[in-house]
Amino acid sequence: MNADRALRDPHDDGLNDHAREQIEASLAAHAGRPGPLLQVLHEVQDRLGYVPAAAVPVIAEALNVSRAEVHGVVTFYHHFRQSPAGRHVIQLCQAEACRAMHCEQLTQHAQRKLGIGLHETTADGRYTLEPVYCLGNCACSPAMMIDGRLYGRVTPESFDDLIAPLS
Amino acid sequence: MSIKVYVPRDATALSLGAGPVATAIQDEAQRRGLDIQLIRNGSRGLFWLEPLVEVETEGGRHAYGPVTAADVTSLFESRFFEGRGHRLHQGLTEEIKELRSQQRLTFARVGVTDPVSVEDYVAHGGYEGLTRALAMPPAAIVQAVTDSGLRGRGGAAFPTGIKWKTVLDQPPQQKYVTCNADEGDSGTFADRMLMEGDPLMLIEGMTIAGIAVGATQGYIYLRVEYPHAHRALNEAIAAARAAGYLGPNILGSGRQFELEVRLGAGAYICGEETSMLESLEGRRGEVRVRPPLPAIKGLFGQPTVVNNVISLASVPVILARGAEFYKNFGTGRSRGTIPLQLAGNIKRGGLIERAFGLTLRELIYDYGGGSASGRPIRAVQVGGPLGAYIPASQFDTAIDYEALSNIGALLGHGGVVAFDDTVDMAGMARYAMEFCAKESCGKCTPCRIGSTRGVELMDRVIANIDRERNLQLVEELCDTLLHGSLCGLGGMTPFPVQSALKYFPEDFRKSVQ
Ligand SMILES: Cc1cc2nc3c(=O)[nH]c(=O)nc-3n(C[C@H](O)[C@H](O)[C@H](O)COP(=O)(O)O)c2cc1C
Ligand code: SF4
Ligand code: FES
Repeated sequence: MNADRALRDPHDDGLNDHAREQIEASLAAHAGRPGPLLQVLHEVQDRLGYVPAAAVPVIAEALNVSRAEVHGVVTFYHHFRQSPAGRHVIQLCQAEACRAMHCEQLTQHAQRKLGIGLHETTADGRYTLEPVYCLGNCACSPAMMIDGRLYGRVTPESFDDLIAPLS
Repeated sequence: MSIKVYVPRDATALSLGAGPVATAIQDEAQRRGLDIQLIRNGSRGLFWLEPLVEVETEGGRHAYGPVTAADVTSLFESRFFEGRGHRLHQGLTEEIKELRSQQRLTFARVGVTDPVSVEDYVAHGGYEGLTRALAMPPAAIVQAVTDSGLRGRGGAAFPTGIKWKTVLDQPPQQKYVTCNADEGDSGTFADRMLMEGDPLMLIEGMTIAGIAVGATQGYIYLRVEYPHAHRALNEAIAAARAAGYLGPNILGSGRQFELEVRLGAGAYICGEETSMLESLEGRRGEVRVRPPLPAIKGLFGQPTVVNNVISLASVPVILARGAEFYKNFGTGRSRGTIPLQLAGNIKRGGLIERAFGLTLRELIYDYGGGSASGRPIRAVQVGGPLGAYIPASQFDTAIDYEALSNIGALLGHGGVVAFDDTVDMAGMARYAMEFCAKESCGKCTPCRIGSTRGVELMDRVIANIDRERNLQLVEELCDTLLHGSLCGLGGMTPFPVQSALKYFPEDFRKSVQ
């Protein structure tokens, strides 16, 4: 992916200055506290958009844990990405209360509209579509989140209206 | 004097457009030179009326809803700021039928106050419980919680006081209070609403727990799907600290308590308490083998209280008004009130806090008004993705721990999800297996491998391939999961599957199109 390459120094396999700085800052923000790994990974992902593979040894060394442990944590949790997402992340709830309001149909509509499946990103890098299992908006199903903004009672029409202005 | 106008900051209200409504009200007031004070409150939990705008008048608070930004000009033209009539006028908020009949103890302030104002909190009875607790010996605080009959609201319904006593009885050392705010169950949002609408009550409850058991540090484990709650909690913690209610010397008592919010990362299993502790320590959320109990060896190997948001938020009232007061609500061994969450295909969804004992039918029809689609309600799932499906023939069951357990169901965290007659229960049973497969922590074979096999079996059942034999295999697999799982994810996935099979057998035998 392009964004992935942008984080790397073309002259070696490691991280470019920007990425390295952000990782160092993430470590500095949490390293003093007990059991900081998960919080460090959150901070890295918030700053860089994902957790680059090249960040793993840097974090492991700084926190004095094995690379395998850091990698194990990154892969255990659905939230952490190992490659960049599109510019806008659309999360569609798939859990029971939203199923009771036919979220499967909304999901199918979204997939058709964007021409991608769940866990995929459009070729122009604009949208990433993801399933999510409950957003706590279950009395106003089907629920959806776009870039951290929550929506309720989403219909195919309101879905189209909401994504259209996103560049 | 400025006019107080309330527009919720609750995530559901925001999801329905409360943000633009708030902006429009501010703009319109400015245009008209009206002095209004806009307060971003929590939600009253009447979600069919959200965004619900309230205005304070001498005669009480008037409600208008559901308001869109386009309605704002006409609201001003009708002088809503004096509580006058309008197409969206719902009368006095407290008189709205679905709210008036509730018994709100834990949610007494949610929607009423400014969630992050310590001043407002105290003006509405906040911190009375902590003030009392500070004057009591620790054992007496624990005794009050035991006497109240409070049982854990996270799902397992274990008596809270007994858990606290175990931690108190450990010799003095670093101890922790942890709050389980992972709220992963579909159909539940009580924790979220409380954290967004009255976070100081959770903070007060955790502080009381810390003083009771001798813990100086607390952690709130919050799911990452709740960014609005995250902001509200952090604002409230900062406000409490600034006002001397958190920190090294609480209210000059010499007692210490600190609080930190830590975010989860999208793993349902991390709501299981030992998995949550692993995750709080920054590791993979793999379930721990018990014993030792977390109360003896919990976070970082130290004695730890683990409680759900609602359990902890119930404590201030118990301390402020006494164990007897709390215990006098409820029925049998289900004491106090329960914030029920009505969701799914329902006309009037939301939060209903009542003493235990309301029937499912009263909840679904009197409060909920039936399905959103207008079709008959065929089933409800109670207690999240691991809870049983209950058919309409059992809607007269009372909502309390024992009555539900008598029909093979469980209350869990109090979520009730309604389905109309278009639901395909075979599809829901398949989904239960799929969810287990996705969220398994991987420690036990039946859960990790068996659930994937369960999905395949259900696919064959649905496609009518060797149907009866595959249904038999699903039953056998459920048996293996029930008996061969370390925790409730594997151990309870059979509940939705078996109840669907038992009450809706026809859905598993449909002809294939
Ligand atoms: C798979 C699984 C998921 C759970 N998820 C939650 C949850 O999201 N929130 C919660 O409070 N308890 C959850 N629990 C229950 C906890 O293990 C634990 O019983 C609870 O946090 C204790 O607090 P309480 O006594 O105040 O209810 C879950 C249990 C299991 C087995
Ligand atoms: S039952 Fe499943 S989730 Fe629970 S400990 Fe075993 S593998 Fe992990
Ligand atoms: S089930 Fe979709 S928001 Fe809760």
